[in-house]
Amino acid sequence: MLLLLLGIVFLHVAALVLLFVSTITSVWTTGNIGTSDLWLNCTSVGGLQCNPASAGEWIQAVQAVMILSIIFSCISLILFFCQLFTLQKGGRFLLTGVFQILAGLFVMCGGIIYTVMSPNWVPETESFGYSYILAWVAFPLALISGVIYVILRKRE
Amino acid sequence: MLTFLALAAVAFLGIVPQQSQSIVIYTGWERHALVGSDVRLSCSFFSWRWTSDDVTFSWTYRPDGSRDSISIFHYTGGAAYLDNKGPFRDRVEFVGNPGRRDGSIVLKNLDFNDNGTFTCDAKNPPDIVGRPSSVRLLVFETVPIQAGVITGAIIGVVLGLLVLIVVIYYLMRFLVARRVFNLSVSKHGKKKKEGSQQRQGPAASAEPAKASSDKKKQESRKDKK
Repeated sequence: MLLLLLGIVFLHVAALVLLFVSTITSVWTTGNIGTSDLWLNCTSVGGLQCNPASAGEWIQAVQAVMILSIIFSCISLILFFCQLFTLQKGGRFLLTGVFQILAGLFVMCGGIIYTVMSPNWVPETESFGYSYILAWVAFPLALISGVIYVILRKRE
Repeated sequence: MLTFLALAAVAFLGIVPQQSQSIVIYTGWERHALVGSDVRLSCSFFSWRWTSDDVTFSWTYRPDGSRDSISIFHYTGGAAYLDNKGPFRDRVEFVGNPGRRDGSIVLKNLDFNDNGTFTCDAKNPPDIVGRPSSVRLLVFETVPIQAGVITGAIIGVVLGLLVLIVVIYYLMRFLVARRVFNLSVSKHGKKKKEGSQQRQGPAASAEPAKASSDKKKQESRKDKK
């Protein structure tokens, strides 16, 4: 039981860390000019110079959705530890799983919105950066850990 | 000794600012405006001296991508002189109050060619040493949404919904529990009435016993809670 618990918590924390890194580092697009999105456009020509990201509507939606996914994943972690000590034997970590699945869905929304809408402001020569890839990796991790929470039953 | 030190400090303070005092001019950093609308460019200054009667304000304009500045407004000797030949001919209005150190102007009917940097220079004789301050004008077709408005709105709505759902859940649980409690109390009350109506005759002596047993039951229920 303890090993299972540790494994699940490790998976959850891994998804959370990926979410944090993906949201905080502004490297959703990389190219010759520099890196840009989610929060800053940085050019490395003649020393690093960063400006706030283009204030369009879609980039703000992606920002909001990524922050919401982090919030929901943190709430899910807190709820897990609460339910670990208050749940009866044989009970399911339903609430924890629901919040984690919602967090995964929010990351998915963010990834989809960015993929579909970014060609509007990103030139063709630029490619997706590592933050974007980390967001897409965090999505299945969050989803799987959420499903595990829903299926898991508490044993003594 | 102390009074001597105090006098020396006051004298020192009196001497030093005369060399380091200068006029400080404040304008905005950037102004955003729509095509065809008016914009107010504000300019005020801070000076250690009283506002003199010879205070002057002057605004100069440097278009984006150009190195030359052109003067568009000058206030001196109590009169304002507006641009009558340059790019802002008949489009400048003086709305400031020099007595209150305000040298603001209004530019009317903006166009995309008006993008540029406006510099305000104020002088308050004898306080004339100061650095002019600049404000950038950006003219838009449609005002872009400020960074963070939509982000905050989405986050706020989702979290608000979450809080609402939690509150409604606990409210429902509370109401249902109260209803169940009321129902059980009324059932118990009905049983009591029927029991007392059936056995009124021979139960004259049994009633006080029953009342005391009921009281004991209620006390035990309260203990359990």
